[in-house]
Amino acid sequence: MGAALLESLLGDGAALAPAAREAAVAALRRDGLPGARDEAWKYTSLRALEQRRYADGDAAAATRAVDPATFSLPGLDGPRLVFVNGAFRADLSDRCALAGLEIVVLAERPDALAALLADDEPGARSDAFARLNTALVGDGALLRVAAGAQVAAPVHVVFVGASAEVDLAWQARLRVELGEGAALTLVEHHVGAGAHAHLGNLVVDGTLAAHARLDLVQIQDAPEGAPLVRRSTFHVGEAATLSAHTLELGAQTMRHDLRVELAGRGARLRSRGVFALHGRQHADTHLDVRHRARDTACDIAWRGVADQRARGVFHGAITIEAGADGADAQLSNKNLLLSAQAEIDTQPVLEIYADEVKAAHGATVGQLDERALFYLRSRGIPATAARRILVSAFCGAVLGEVAPAGLRERIDALLAARLPLEEGT
Amino acid sequence: MLKIDNLHVRVAGKEILKGLSLEAKAGEVHAIMGPNGAGKSTLGNVLAGREGYEVTAGSVTYNGQDLLALEPEERAAAGVFLAFQYPVEIPGVNNTYFLRAALNAQRKQRGEAELDSMQFLKLVREKLAVLHLKDELLHRAVNEGFSGGEKKRNEIFQLALLEPKLAILDETDSGLDIDALKMVADGVNAMRDPARAFLVITHYQRLLDYIVPDFVHVLADGRIVESGDKTLAHKLEEHGYAWIAGRKLAGAA
Repeated sequence: MGAALLESLLGDGAALAPAAREAAVAALRRDGLPGARDEAWKYTSLRALEQRRYADGDAAAATRAVDPATFSLPGLDGPRLVFVNGAFRADLSDRCALAGLEIVVLAERPDALAALLADDEPGARSDAFARLNTALVGDGALLRVAAGAQVAAPVHVVFVGASAEVDLAWQARLRVELGEGAALTLVEHHVGAGAHAHLGNLVVDGTLAAHARLDLVQIQDAPEGAPLVRRSTFHVGEAATLSAHTLELGAQTMRHDLRVELAGRGARLRSRGVFALHGRQHADTHLDVRHRARDTACDIAWRGVADQRARGVFHGAITIEAGADGADAQLSNKNLLLSAQAEIDTQPVLEIYADEVKAAHGATVGQLDERALFYLRSRGIPATAARRILVSAFCGAVLGEVAPAGLRERIDALLAARLPLEEGT
Repeated sequence: MLKIDNLHVRVAGKEILKGLSLEAKAGEVHAIMGPNGAGKSTLGNVLAGREGYEVTAGSVTYNGQDLLALEPEERAAAGVFLAFQYPVEIPGVNNTYFLRAALNAQRKQRGEAELDSMQFLKLVREKLAVLHLKDELLHRAVNEGFSGGEKKRNEIFQLALLEPKLAILDETDSGLDIDALKMVADGVNAMRDPARAFLVITHYQRLLDYIVPDFVHVLADGRIVESGDKTLAHKLEEHGYAWIAGRKLAGAA
């Protein structure tokens, strides 16, 4: 192992229960963090990160000052669960009861946490950061929607990184279970309260039973100095639909794995995403979609923007397994480089082992259209505003359907605030 | 209002304008005619401030200001407007949003109050009525999927809305059928004003039947080689641009 990061967090190997934790710790000690030779981490070096030391969690999480304005979003007035440095904060949250929705805060229910860890999705057991999460996680939430229930309001789950005396690593879990025919809108939201360089590590897993529908909005607006690793895994059952809108704006070294199993006949995924980076940000998005049943469909459209010295990575893998006949897979990834020093690597991968499938994928990397820029400027719009308009339109092409109303405009504003777009930067 | 003096411009290392001089006063309509490759579009672009046009000699003075020292948006705010020969499609940017952003950006640069959406829509409706345009164009993305005629009408609509002091029409007639041409010309004529000057750049005399100019200039090989009144356009139509080339040679001899 040897890495300072793991030494600092795992210590001398305090006795851990349940068995899942022990197995995760043992695997971490054996394998460490992924290196440059690991194909999945080819574009994201952990060399610098693994030399850092972090405190395990935040003992003072309950008293960190967090202004609710940092996470308020328009159109979200239903349940809100706020985690500060990985720990649930009842004072900032609102567990208002909604018909058909059960909310469990994991720190309050060690039995639920233990059950969740014991029932981890298999892929997580071979992923270093998921192992780290399993080894150390103490909080998070379980959202359970009863069969047939259409949850009346979006659930807002906020992860706040708050400045502390030391750099710390927080772990959190979010499990979402939708019963047959259930419907839920879930907003996963990452923000910062003050500058910090905490390592955030979130594992999300969800199951959608037959005919369920999950509308997922992920807004990642973490502080620029903070590394953030997320793994989201969804199991989509028969005729169920996962519709995800993902916005990656913040963090320093950002890794997001979005893994979707279209497991039941007619299961569908619609994924729309944008990453918009500047400064020296590095964001690595990995989509891994598996068609495992007949007539499954995925429709993926992502856009990336990198300014200054930022680096974006988009890896979009779709596998159509044997027997998943009639599958329909569409993937498009378009990217915009706003500076000569910025870099975006895009890699669509399509593997097909079934017959009679429809599949298309495409990726582009380009620059702002100078003719369009001049057209806007010739009408009196200053260069910076003109660039903003064009970038916003470029990203907006895939964010157009974000609901509820009001959230879309906030997303535009967040985007605009994140991109300096000054000439010559 | 506008004084172009001995303007030399290079594009991609090639000299396109070779000592062009021209003066236009408020209230005047100047037609600039010339064969392909004479430098007509270069003139429009260099006045609007497009990148890639290198001024190697000469000057352009606009209302006492050095126009060439201004950024494109500053020129627009100062009242210069170029109707593009090829208006650019901008997917994802709503036409109304764009027009309001443009108008308010100009107003802001001039130190005027910005218009709120109600005030703006009122203005839009007035201008649409004057130009006999349907508001359907406003709800679409800027020029996206517009026909050639719709694009040109959108240019004229912007002209009407932004109310520039100096309007440059770069081959606005190209690609238009006769009905669209008349509509565009009506729009321009409605905008004629003692305080406004027009430079109407065109290849064909046809447009000038509808927008009757005060002056006609012939641009050939990067220079104004002939100036006259509106009858010059008819002579050109009759004799072709070769006639000018012949006269030029005779003059040089």
